[in-house]
Amino acid sequence: MTDQMTHTPETVEKTPAQGPETMAGGRIYQPLTDIVETDEGVTLMLEMPGVSAEDVDVTLEKRVLTVRGKIQGTHPEKLQLAYAEYGEGDYERAFTLSDDFDPDKIGASVSHGVLTVTLPRAAEAQPKKIAVTGS
Amino acid sequence: MYYPTYTRRSDPFGMMRSMLRDVNRFIPTNSDQSVFPAVNVWQGDDAVAVTAELPGIDPSDIDISVKDNVLTISGERKAPDVPDAARWHRNERRFGKFTRAIRLPFAASDDKVEARMTAGVLRIVVGRPDEDKPRKIEIKAA
Repeated sequence: MTDQMTHTPETVEKTPAQGPETMAGGRIYQPLTDIVETDEGVTLMLEMPGVSAEDVDVTLEKRVLTVRGKIQGTHPEKLQLAYAEYGEGDYERAFTLSDDFDPDKIGASVSHGVLTVTLPRAAEAQPKKIAVTGS
Repeated sequence: MYYPTYTRRSDPFGMMRSMLRDVNRFIPTNSDQSVFPAVNVWQGDDAVAVTAELPGIDPSDIDISVKDNVLTISGERKAPDVPDAARWHRNERRFGKFTRAIRLPFAASDDKVEARMTAGVLRIVVGRPDEDKPRKIEIKAA
C-alpha cells in the first residue's frame, strides 16, 4: 500500500512535547494552538484529535495555564498497523498568561477534537495603573 | 569541496555565492507543500482500515469516495469565527480545502466501506471482497 505522493509527507502537525518521559512509555504531543484576544478576553483553540470532553484537564495556577488531554486509541480490532504517518499519544501544553484571569471563570469545551478554552476578562480586573511618585 | 571562484581574489564574494549555490541544491523548493490529512493504515485478513486526524472538521464537511482501489478523502477545514477586532497571538492551525487519495491493496465495492468519526479522528474500514480472498483448494483423492 503506497501513497500517491512521491515525496515524504511534510505535515504541519503536532510535535512531541519536550519534557520528562511518561511512566507507561507513551508519547506526549504538543497540540497545535490558535490564541485570539479580544476586549472580552482570550480564547485558545487547541487541536486534540482523539480526546473526548471528559478526558480533558485544564488548570490555571500562578498565571500558568496547563492543558492536558488523554486520548482514546483508535486501534481497530483484528488489524495490524501497516503504515503510519502520525503518532498517537496524550497531549500536554502550558502557557504563561500575560494577565491575571479568574480561574473560576475559565470555560472549556471540546468539539470534534478541538478544545476551546475561554478566559474572560472580569470588569474589576481591568489593569490598574499604579502611579510611581518620586521622592 | 573546491571553490574555483575563490581563486579569483578580485571577487571576494565569489566563494560566498558558490557556497550558497551548493546549499540551495539541498533545500527543496516545494517545502511549503504539506500533505493533509496524515493517515495511518491498518491491515488484516478481511479488511483494511484507514485512520486520519481531522480535528475541528464537521463530519458533514468530509467527502469519502472509493473508485476501484483508490480511496479519496476530501473536505474543507473552516476557520473559526473570530471577530474582526481580535488580535491573533498564535496561529498554528491550518485551514482550507484538502484532498488525499490512498491506494488500497484491492478494489473495494461501495457497500463494504464504513466510515466513523469520533472526537476528530476519522476511521474508514474497507472490507475485502469475497472474490479477492484466497480460496482453499481441496485435494481430491485419485
